[in-house]
Amino acid sequence: MNEKPEKLIDKKGLRLDGRKPDQLRAVKLEVGVIPNADGSAYIEQGKNKILVGVYGPREAHPKHLALQDRTVLKCRYHMAPFSVQERKSPAPSRREVELSKVIRESLEPAIFMEYYPRTMIDLTIEVLQADGGTRCASITAASLALADSGIPMRDLVVACAAGKAEDTIVLDLMDEEDKMGSADVPVALMPNLNAITLLQMDGKLTPEEFETAVNLAIEGCKQIYAMQKEALRAKYAGAKEEADE
Amino acid sequence: MPTFFEPKQIATPGDLVAEGEYFAGENTYKEDKRIYANRTGIVEYDNKTVNIVALKSFYMPKPGDIIIGTVVGIGFNGWTIDLNGPYQAFLRPSDVLSRPFKPQKDELSQVLDIGDLVVAKIVSYDRTHDPQITVAEPGLGKITRGQIIKITPTKIPRVIGKKGSMISMIKQETDCQIILGLNGVVLVTGKTPDEEQAALMAIHKVEEESHTSGLTDRITQMLKKEKSKREEVKE
Repeated sequence: MNEKPEKLIDKKGLRLDGRKPDQLRAVKLEVGVIPNADGSAYIEQGKNKILVGVYGPREAHPKHLALQDRTVLKCRYHMAPFSVQERKSPAPSRREVELSKVIRESLEPAIFMEYYPRTMIDLTIEVLQADGGTRCASITAASLALADSGIPMRDLVVACAAGKAEDTIVLDLMDEEDKMGSADVPVALMPNLNAITLLQMDGKLTPEEFETAVNLAIEGCKQIYAMQKEALRAKYAGAKEEADE
Repeated sequence: MPTFFEPKQIATPGDLVAEGEYFAGENTYKEDKRIYANRTGIVEYDNKTVNIVALKSFYMPKPGDIIIGTVVGIGFNGWTIDLNGPYQAFLRPSDVLSRPFKPQKDELSQVLDIGDLVVAKIVSYDRTHDPQITVAEPGLGKITRGQIIKITPTKIPRVIGKKGSMISMIKQETDCQIILGLNGVVLVTGKTPDEEQAALMAIHKVEEESHTSGLTDRITQMLKKEKSKREEVKE
């Protein structure tokens, strides 16, 4: 499994897992998977498997963190020790602390924070299996979990990455493309409001390439957005079908 | 002035529901004459007002509401009550004791202990202060018997039904007394545990299928079946 592939894109223009450059990985979304949490969601995107739980809004603990005019979003992104090839130490790493902050800041614009002053919302993201693009998958699942918990939101937040692998701009990078490719551009979007809440770039791209990458990522986001809405509705579809009989 | 959803359709946060001269009602927000949903719920139009009946939410205190809360803390001069929502309420001893409270003499934990349930009324609440509640009114106070069930607060009106049709039917078919806390906690007191169980089942079913039609009839059928079962056992 540790053999390095020679080429990221073959002669036919297909990627390592047989995808076209502008094709997403298979996405599976599920809502309300943790009965003990106020809201929860589960995402599988390619080999990524991520579980998100939301608690709150509730009394802020510790109390001094509470704000008088709005709620506080507390976000914890954590990778399970068994989520990667080499065992990862369960202690929060520099990368996890940073991703927690990035994910929090990409979700905050979507939440009506000012509705619930002096409270706190706890968001827990557990990566069970990682295969590149976990921050994007985490944001997608986290916004679903927030919506599931009944927290008022301006829009759902969707995230998707685009990047460059061997001179081709590709959508939704997987682990190998992320590590061996030359650039990675994660984008988080509120599609109905057409507002970007996260935009990062790692690697080198020309301004033209950057623009195509961002536009490609936005297209990917919109595809996942449709699935998000479907997942939220699916939770209540069961009872509806029963009634129609 | 188009609307983008049929009544009774499910909208998700961020969905554009209506555009033009409409008012933003419950669980919606307005931006440049466009009305968006901010929670997952059923779309309803009331004249020019767009409402979303949320499928899941949490309780926000409102003065005058009757609620059922749990004692979670005892302080020097009162109890902290959990309301099943973002904010915890404060209950003063003078309301419970119906006489002045003397810290030297009265032991608060002997009146209400942690874990006790109370039926109470919200006295005051605003954004800057936690809610105050009282039990100094007829029908309020500590709960001594019965069973409780927690449901999403937005489903309480559905449990009541049109002009109380659903709740009076459940009461009649199960012979139970039912107190609905607006914070989503429901107390059921009956003569036998079986009757209470039947009422709880019915309320749970209403919560699960609140957005479907013909619900009252189905619940009636279910309860009648349960009732005949109980009578068979008795004989």
